[in-house]
Amino acid sequence: MMQSLVQNLVHLLVLLFFPLLLLGVINRVKSWAAGRKGPSLFQGYYDVLKLLQKGAVYSYTTTWIFRTGPLVTLAALFVSGLIVPLTSGSGPLHFAGDVLAFAYLLALGRFFTMAAALDTGSSFEGMGASREAGFSALAEPATFLSLAILCVPAHSASFATALAKLPWESWGPAHPTFLFAVVALGIVLLTENARIPVDDPNTHLELTMVHEVMILDHGGPDLAFILYGSALKLLLLTSLLVHLLLPIPSEGSAVGGLMFLGGCVGIAVVIGIIESTMARLRLRSVPQLLIGAAVIAAIGLGFLFYRGEP
Amino acid sequence: MITAYADLLLLFLVLLDLYIIGTGRLVACVRGAAAQGALLSLLPLTLGHHLDIHVGHTLLLFVGTLILKGLLIPYLLMRTIVHTHVRREVEPFVSLHASVLLGALLVALSFWLSQRLTLPRPPPSSLLVPAGLSTLFCGFLLLVSRKKAITQVVGYLMLENGIFVFAQFLTREMPIVVEMGILLDVLVGVFVMGIAINHINREFDHIDTAALTSLRD
Amino acid sequence: MLLFALLLLPVLASLLTWIVRRQRFQLSVLLGGALLHAGLTVAVYLVPEPSALGGLLALDPLGRLFLALISVIFVAISIYSAKYLTDGTHDPPSAPHRYVPCLLILLATMDLVTLSQHMALMWAAIEATTLASAPLIYFYRRKAALEATWKYLLLCSVGIALALLGTFFLGIAGANGPEGTPRLILSTLCQVAPGMVRPWMKAAFVLALVGYGTKMGLAPLHTWLPDAHSQAPSPVSALLSGGLLNCALLGILRFYQICLASGDAQFARELFLVLGFASLVIAAAFLIGQRDYKRLLAYSSVENMGIISVGLGLGGGATFGALLHIVNHSLCKAALFLLAGNLLRNYGSTEASAVHGGLRQQPRTSVMLLVGMLAIGGAPPLGPFVSELVIFMSAVHRGHPWLAILFLGLVAIAFLGLASVILPMLQGSGERRSHAHPGHDLLLASSSDDGRHGLGHILARHESGWYLIPPFGLLVAVVVLGLYLPPPLTAALNRAMALLSG
Repeated sequence: MMQSLVQNLVHLLVLLFFPLLLLGVINRVKSWAAGRKGPSLFQGYYDVLKLLQKGAVYSYTTTWIFRTGPLVTLAALFVSGLIVPLTSGSGPLHFAGDVLAFAYLLALGRFFTMAAALDTGSSFEGMGASREAGFSALAEPATFLSLAILCVPAHSASFATALAKLPWESWGPAHPTFLFAVVALGIVLLTENARIPVDDPNTHLELTMVHEVMILDHGGPDLAFILYGSALKLLLLTSLLVHLLLPIPSEGSAVGGLMFLGGCVGIAVVIGIIESTMARLRLRSVPQLLIGAAVIAAIGLGFLFYRGEP
Repeated sequence: MITAYADLLLLFLVLLDLYIIGTGRLVACVRGAAAQGALLSLLPLTLGHHLDIHVGHTLLLFVGTLILKGLLIPYLLMRTIVHTHVRREVEPFVSLHASVLLGALLVALSFWLSQRLTLPRPPPSSLLVPAGLSTLFCGFLLLVSRKKAITQVVGYLMLENGIFVFAQFLTREMPIVVEMGILLDVLVGVFVMGIAINHINREFDHIDTAALTSLRD
Repeated sequence: MLLFALLLLPVLASLLTWIVRRQRFQLSVLLGGALLHAGLTVAVYLVPEPSALGGLLALDPLGRLFLALISVIFVAISIYSAKYLTDGTHDPPSAPHRYVPCLLILLATMDLVTLSQHMALMWAAIEATTLASAPLIYFYRRKAALEATWKYLLLCSVGIALALLGTFFLGIAGANGPEGTPRLILSTLCQVAPGMVRPWMKAAFVLALVGYGTKMGLAPLHTWLPDAHSQAPSPVSALLSGGLLNCALLGILRFYQICLASGDAQFARELFLVLGFASLVIAAAFLIGQRDYKRLLAYSSVENMGIISVGLGLGGGATFGALLHIVNHSLCKAALFLLAGNLLRNYGSTEASAVHGGLRQQPRTSVMLLVGMLAIGGAPPLGPFVSELVIFMSAVHRGHPWLAILFLGLVAIAFLGLASVILPMLQGSGERRSHAHPGHDLLLASSSDDGRHGLGHILARHESGWYLIPPFGLLVAVVVLGLYLPPPLTAALNRAMALLSG
C-alpha cells in the first residue's frame, strides 16, 4: 500500500532517534528497581555522540573485515528498519517476501559482527563468536516459526499485508496461537539483544560474556555504530511484538503512532523488570530455552493448521 | 465463545507437558503437575455449558479436582522430596533436550492421530482428543525415560491427567460418586507411592530405580 | 442387603483390628471374619441374583464364581496365618500389626471387584486392590521386598490406568446412540454394543486387555509378578496368586462380554490366543532352571494364566475348560504357596538348592507338595489335568490341531521345569545342614541314639496342624475335581459360561 510522504518521514525519524531512548528506558528501569537514581534517559545519545568524536585504534592483526564489520552491520539493520513496520502498518520498503528479507538481513549483520570478532585473532572474541553462532542458530527456528504464525493466516510473506489481516476482533482466547507467537518472539528478542536471561549486558567478566566480548576491540566511531546498531535491533524486534499485541491501524495515524511509541516503551519497561528480577541462565540451559521457544511456536503453528485456517 | 477458553486451557496443558518433560528439577516437575491439576479442574467449567448437566455437579467436580489434583497430591509429593533430599534428575535415560524434542514430536503425533480418529459425536472442544493424547504420551515418556522414582510418579500423574481429559466426554453420565472415587484412588495411590519412596530412600540411600536390579532371573 | 454385608463386614473387621493391636485379638477377628464371609458367600448362592444401588452393584454368575473362590482361599489363609504370625519369622517384619487390617481391606476391595457392574467402579476397586496389597508385599523389611513392592505399585498402577482409558473409550464408542454417551453399566453397554463405533470399541478392548492383563500376569507384562509373589509372605502370595489374579481376569472378562454382545468376539479371541501363548512360552522358558522355588510358583501362575487365556481364545467348549481351570489353579496354587511357606520356615531360604531331603524332614508337607506339583503341572488324575484336557480337546475339535500340539508341548515343558526343581528338593536324606533354624542342629546332635545312622539320622520336624490343614483341604478339592465334577459346580460353571458365549 502506498504510503504518504509524511508517514515515511515519521518512520525515518522514529528509526533514527527513537532506539537509543529505549536503551535509556531499560537502564533507568533497572536502576530504579535497584534503588538507584540511574543515568539519564538520553544517556545513549550522549554516549554515541561522544564516541563519534573519538578516534579508533586498529591492531596490526586485523584486516578490512574488522573495519567494515560495524558498518555492514549497521547498514543491514538500517535497511531492515525500513522494512519493519513501525508507527503504521508498513515501512517505506515493502515487497512480497520482505519477512524473509528481514530475517536474513539480521543474519547478515550478525555474520559480519562475528567475522569482525574472529578477525582480531583473540581467543576471547572467538569464544564469544562461537557462542553467538550457537545461540542464534537455535533462535532461528523460533524466529521463523513465529513469523510463520503471523504470515500463514494472511497467505502472504510481507509484513504489510500480514499485519493488515490480523484478526483483531477475535483476538484473545479464540486465537491463543498469537499468544504463543508473542512468547516465542519475546524469547527471541531477549536472545538477539543479549539480555538476561541469555546474556548479561553489564557483565565485565569475559568468560561470561556473549555479545559484549565480540565488540571488545572496537573503539571510537565503530563502537558508536555498534551501540546504535544494537539499539536498532532492539527497536525492530520490539516493534514486531508491539504490532502483535496492539491494534495499530495500518494506514497510520497520530493515535497509532502514539500507541506504537507507548507500546515500545512498555515493552522496554518489561525487559528492564525481567533483567532486574531474573538471574542469567547457565550457558548449558540456554539451548533448552531456545528449543522451548521453537516448540511453543511450533505448537501454535500446528494448532493453526489443525483448526484448518490456512 | 466459552469453548475458546477450553481451547486455551488445553493448549496450556500441552505446554505444561513439555515444561515438565524439559525440566530436571523435581520441585519444578511437581509444581508443573499441580498447575496441570488446576487447569484440569477449570476444564469442566468451560465445557459444562456444552454438556448440559446441572451446575452443582460441575462445581463439585471443579472443587474436588482442584483440591485433590492441585493441592493434596502435589503436597504429598513435595513432602517426599523433602524427606528424601533429592532435588534433581541427573542423567536420565533420554537427555532433557532430547526429551523436549521427543515430547514435541509426540504432541505432533497426537494432533495427527486425533484427525484420524473420528468421534461419534462432535466434541465440545476440538482440542480435547489431541491434548488428552499428548498428555498421555508425555506421561509415558516420563515413566520410561527417567530414573528417579519421584519423576516416575509425576509421569503416572500426567498419565492420569491425560485420561481425565478423555473423561470430559462422558461427564453426562458418570455419577459424581464414581468420578470422585477415581480421583481419590489416584490420591491414595500417590500417598502409598510416596511412602514406598521414603522407605526406598531409607533402605537404599537413593531413589534411583535403575539401580533396583537385585531381583532378576 | 446381602451385598452391603459382603462389603461392610471386612471393612468393619479391618477397622476393628486397626484400633486394637493385640495379635491374638486380630487373628481371631481374621478367622471369624473369614468364616462369616464364607457363610455370606454361601447365602449369596441361595438368593437369586441380588443387586443394589440401582444396578451399580450386582452379582452375576461370573462374579459369584470368583467370589466363592476368593472366599475359600481366604478361609484357608486365615487358618494358616493364625500360626504363621504367632510363630514369628526369620526376617523381622516391618509392622506386624498391619498384616490383618490390610488383609481384610484387600478382601473388601476384591469383593467390590466381583460385585461392581459399573465399569469405572470396577476400575476403582481393582486399583484399590493394588494399593491394599502393596503394604502386604512389603511385610518383611528386606531390600528385595521393597524393590518388588515398588515395581508392583508402579507397573500395576500404570497398567490399570490404561484400562481406565479403555473404559472411557467404551463410553465414547457407545456415544452414537440417541441418548448420547451410555451409562457405563455392564448391562447397558451390552445393550448398546451392536451399535458401537467399532474402532473405539476395539481400542477399548485392547487397552483393557493390556491394562488389566498387566495385573493378571499375562506376558509380556508380567515382569512384576515373580518379584512380588516371591517376596510377599506365603499366605499373602497364596491370596495374590489364587484370588487377585482372578480379579484382574474378571475385569478383562467384562470387556469380553461387551465384545460378545457387539459381535466382535473373534477379534477378542484372537488377542486372547496371542497373549495366552506368549505367556506360556515365556513362563516355560523361565521355569526351566529356576533357582528360587517361590519364583517358580509365580512363573507357574503366569503359565496358568496363559492356559486360561488360550482356553478363552479358543471359545466354545474351551471356555468351560478355562473356567474350570480358574477354579483348579486358584485352589492348587494357594495350597502350593502355603506349603512353600512351610518349607521356608524349616530351611530358611527360598533357594531350591538349600532345600534337601524334604520327604524325610517334613514328610507331610513334602507329600502334599508332590501332589500339588503334579496337579499344577497337569498330571492326571488331578483337577488341572481335566481342565487342560478340555481345552486341548476343544482345540482339536475346532480344527486347530497345531495349536493343540503347541499347547500340549508348552505345558509339558512347564511340567518338566517344575519337576526338575521340586523333585530334588524332596529327595535325599537331608544330611546337608540347612543354614537356617538354630534348633535344627540340636535335633541332629540329640538323635544319635540310633547307632545305625549315626549323626546322619534326621528326625522329622513336627509340623503344626494349623500349617497343614489349609493346604490339605485345598488339595483334597483339587484331587476330587480330577475325578468327579460335582453337579453344583458344573451348574455354576455353565451359568458363568453362558455369559461368555454370546
